[in-house]
Amino acid sequence: MMTSLTAIPPEAARKSQAETSPKLVVKNLNFHYGKFAALKNVNLEIPDRRVTAFIGPSGCGKSTLLRTFNRMYELYPGQKADGEIILDGVNILDSRQDLNRLRAKVGMVFQKPTPFPMSIFDNIAFGVRLYERLSTHEMNDRVEWALRKAALWGEVKDKLKQSGNSLSGGQQQRLCIARAIAVKPEVVLLDEPASALDPISTAHIEELIHELKEDYTIVIVTHNMQQAARVSDFTAYMYLGELIEFGNTNNIFTTPKQKATEDYITGKFG
Amino acid sequence: MLSLYTRRRLFNAFNLFVSFLTMAIGLFWLGWILWTLLRFGFGGISIKMFTEMTPPPGSDGGLLNALFGSLLMTVMATLIGTPVGIMAGIYLAEFGKGNWIASITRFINDILLSAPSIVIGLFVYEVYVVLIGHFSGWAGSLALSLIVIPVVVRTTENMLRLVPDTQREAAAALGAPQWRVISSVTLRAARAGVLTGLLLAVARIAGETAPLLFTALNNQFWSANMNAPMANLPVVIFQFAMSPYDDWHKLAWAGALLITFGVLGLNILARVVFRQRNILA
Repeated sequence: MMTSLTAIPPEAARKSQAETSPKLVVKNLNFHYGKFAALKNVNLEIPDRRVTAFIGPSGCGKSTLLRTFNRMYELYPGQKADGEIILDGVNILDSRQDLNRLRAKVGMVFQKPTPFPMSIFDNIAFGVRLYERLSTHEMNDRVEWALRKAALWGEVKDKLKQSGNSLSGGQQQRLCIARAIAVKPEVVLLDEPASALDPISTAHIEELIHELKEDYTIVIVTHNMQQAARVSDFTAYMYLGELIEFGNTNNIFTTPKQKATEDYITGKFG
Repeated sequence: MLSLYTRRRLFNAFNLFVSFLTMAIGLFWLGWILWTLLRFGFGGISIKMFTEMTPPPGSDGGLLNALFGSLLMTVMATLIGTPVGIMAGIYLAEFGKGNWIASITRFINDILLSAPSIVIGLFVYEVYVVLIGHFSGWAGSLALSLIVIPVVVRTTENMLRLVPDTQREAAAALGAPQWRVISSVTLRAARAGVLTGLLLAVARIAGETAPLLFTALNNQFWSANMNAPMANLPVVIFQFAMSPYDDWHKLAWAGALLITFGVLGLNILARVVFRQRNILA
């Protein structure tokens, strides 16, 4: 357990990093669904170990942008990204980059909970087994660690053998977060992670995001502006495939520089 | 003038009645068939059926060699047809999005699915029986497997398509290569459906006569040699029912009863398995 934790740098090293040290740098990013341009020349720096929220009306490209960070779009023919996305100094859009290793490093949680058709334990262990050979004991520790991180351990510790589908929606989503964390990614992408959940489960997830940013760079897409204001340190407002404004969440919500951002945030539009 | 609401209610009642009637017509024949089978076949059911070989006319006997041959060829056909069918179904569902090879494969599979089974029997006769020079259990299994394959291809593809893409994305997002996504997640999610399709395919070949007439033919005696003509229930029933002998008729009825209830049992099992897919998952 301890050896596996060393992948995450110690607290001290983390604190010494500059406040705005970027984890992901997006340069001149364009994205096409067939002929339709969904992202137009996006430039953005996602800070390390902070929560960055993407907001904007439906169809503005925020989910599309998120899905370029782990090249999820490559599952579908006809979707194409060009430009650069630099993760730790390496352009991840480069086709020579190993896709599966990238995805092990950049985890993702989706809008709808997607437990796999297997036990709660195996749901967590599935991803871990892809890249690590752990002993039974180490695997048990890892599963417990991930479930504790996702604030789910107490609720499922007596039924790890049960199907992941037997959990409630909110629990399933925390299972998915635990599953994403278990492989020790560096970046966690959350695509509207609470939009299918009730208010109590949503509150659970938001608390979780607060705790997770200690160790991970988090990017969250949300339709819910209050949620963006509550959970994020930085906010990007997008509209029609363009990045309109990006900055400190406080500034974006109190003193937006762009009229369009202000209109969206105050509910005049969107 | 009736109100719109009253007319709608009358129309509804009329349609319900017609639907009920058509269902009753369908069930009536099925009921009659089962009843006839029971009436003529039940008397022939005895322990001898399962312990003795098919008899010459005028003497006592059972159906053991035919039961064994049917079982063996059905198992072999399933063993040959299942991997081919499942893998082809995986190809169509997981790799064949908007790809012309997949479209053509799907089209040909649909033709195979509805091909008369006698054509399949003749085909295997031409390409296999003629080649090796004699009828055999292998030839029979081959013909039956050609009936199994399209059924399994179709159900595997359909069941995999029911698995939402979000499952594939979620597995890929963990860094799983595509073969792991398919084997550990999508195929697992679809397994109850695939198993159901398999059981239905077995039920279908259990009673097939035409493909065996030209391939396995028949055998009066006990034989477990897959390379020799092999006895099987459908052809025995066909032969015995066409004969002028009363004791053969009796055995044919009993055999028919056995097959029919066997197939009915498989169908019920398939339904139970399919209904439990959520519990299994």
